[in-house]
Amino acid sequence: MERFLETIIDGIAVGSIYGALALALVLIYRSTGIVNFAQGEMAMFATFIAWALTEAGIPIGLAVLITIAFALVAGMIIERVLIRPVEGGQELTLVVVTLGLFIFINGMATWIWGPQNRGFPRLLPNDRISVLGLDTTWEAVLLVVVLLGVAGVLFLIFNKTKIGLAMRAAAANPDASRIVGVPVGRMLMLGWGLAAAVGAIAGVLIAPRLFLDVNLMGAVMIYAFASATLGGFDSAFGAIVGGWIIGIAEAIAGGYIDFIGQDLKILVPLIIILTVLLVRPQGLFGSPAVARV
Amino acid sequence: MAFLEVEDLHAGYGPVEVLHGISFEVEEGQTVALLGANGAGKTTTLRCIHGMVKPRGRVALGGEEICGRGTDKIVAMGVAHVPEGRGTFPTLSVDENLRLGAYARKNGGNLESTMRRVFDLFPRLEERRTQQAGTLSGGEQQMLAIGRALMLKPRLMLLDEPSLGLAPVVTREMFGALRRIRDEEGLTMFVVEQNANLVLEFAHAAYVMETGTIALSGDAESVKNDENMRKAYLGY
Repeated sequence: MERFLETIIDGIAVGSIYGALALALVLIYRSTGIVNFAQGEMAMFATFIAWALTEAGIPIGLAVLITIAFALVAGMIIERVLIRPVEGGQELTLVVVTLGLFIFINGMATWIWGPQNRGFPRLLPNDRISVLGLDTTWEAVLLVVVLLGVAGVLFLIFNKTKIGLAMRAAAANPDASRIVGVPVGRMLMLGWGLAAAVGAIAGVLIAPRLFLDVNLMGAVMIYAFASATLGGFDSAFGAIVGGWIIGIAEAIAGGYIDFIGQDLKILVPLIIILTVLLVRPQGLFGSPAVARV
Repeated sequence: MAFLEVEDLHAGYGPVEVLHGISFEVEEGQTVALLGANGAGKTTTLRCIHGMVKPRGRVALGGEEICGRGTDKIVAMGVAHVPEGRGTFPTLSVDENLRLGAYARKNGGNLESTMRRVFDLFPRLEERRTQQAGTLSGGEQQMLAIGRALMLKPRLMLLDEPSLGLAPVVTREMFGALRRIRDEEGLTMFVVEQNANLVLEFAHAAYVMETGTIALSGDAESVKNDENMRKAYLGY
């Protein structure tokens, strides 16, 4: 029983990282209606920046802060330069643009840093602690705290500030937003910037658990997509809960179902994506698409 | 020099020109109506003033050329727009809708006191303050759209067909509120309307549009008594 609960705690910890990435996907989906396939690569690139900074002797904490700021600006530039020209176009165009961005960023990172693995310094202490009698690590606890912190900050930005209100307005009704003088384009830029920053946080959190290389986010993004699909692509709350559920499902399947084990556990998010799309396409907390009759 | 001056305005959508060089002006504190049939170019004219359609010609506000500027810049200069069909944010609350109206406000001032003023004009909005705007009735949404425009503390208010789709009693109530705003604050208004009878009672001066040109202009009384106008729009 204890081992089972510890598996669940571990699942929640990893799930928090999936949740953060799913949150980034939701941010962009809600503000621009685009599923950003390049989200993972953007996070990977940011993680490499953090790594390069620490290699240059900058303490990890400061390096991460610089990286988050870099991601914010880079996300805004990407929106302005690549997304704006095709905004409001066909969905296929947008999908192809984000896929192109995926390949471009992956190629750039390989060109700059090469294809080899690197160790990424631990951001959170990994000492073992005991929570309610269960054996776990500081990292697991802090991952949950960081995710809730990120979600809390986003909640405050969107619900308590003037710019957050304007961002929600621009996403909900761009025409009416222009009429009241909201610069809609700048709000969408900011949405991409915030998403890139959240993605960068997820990247530096997951890198120490894996090895940092240009394909760092490949598998992780599948879990993040599963989290967003399960929670509902337009629900921030759903992204977090979805992340936890996916994390727990992964841990349990990997640890307890023999034929899945560690090798086949990538099947878990794929099966969940498929099941959600078949049974409840809007996800657990998403709003169903309503067609006017 | 008039407060709003429009000279030789041309505009269109793609290859189709909708406005063929129209000119008009609005004096400070005045209410001016723009009349005309469907498709005459009334809404396009408003959208030109508000920077949502890029025209050729001259549009000057208080002597400053604004033609070609972005909508957010023009709103920041104090031009509020109550669009046709209200254009409120259905998924946001009444309170949030009003706050968005003050988004581009330059004279920071006290938001709460402006909101008190809006609730004083439209008490029903205060009762519905936390409700989603989409749950409001058509009349309430029109009041919300006007209230939102007032949150800017505008120097000029553009109204596009404010009476469209409203019951006569609601329309009267709304024009009553507009009259109060004008009399108590001296707000300059430019109103597009199809309901000529109604708006000629309210406006000081009027321009009548016909397929992209100004066909008739003058003070409200003279437009109302014009032979052609009576036949074409007023029906007697």
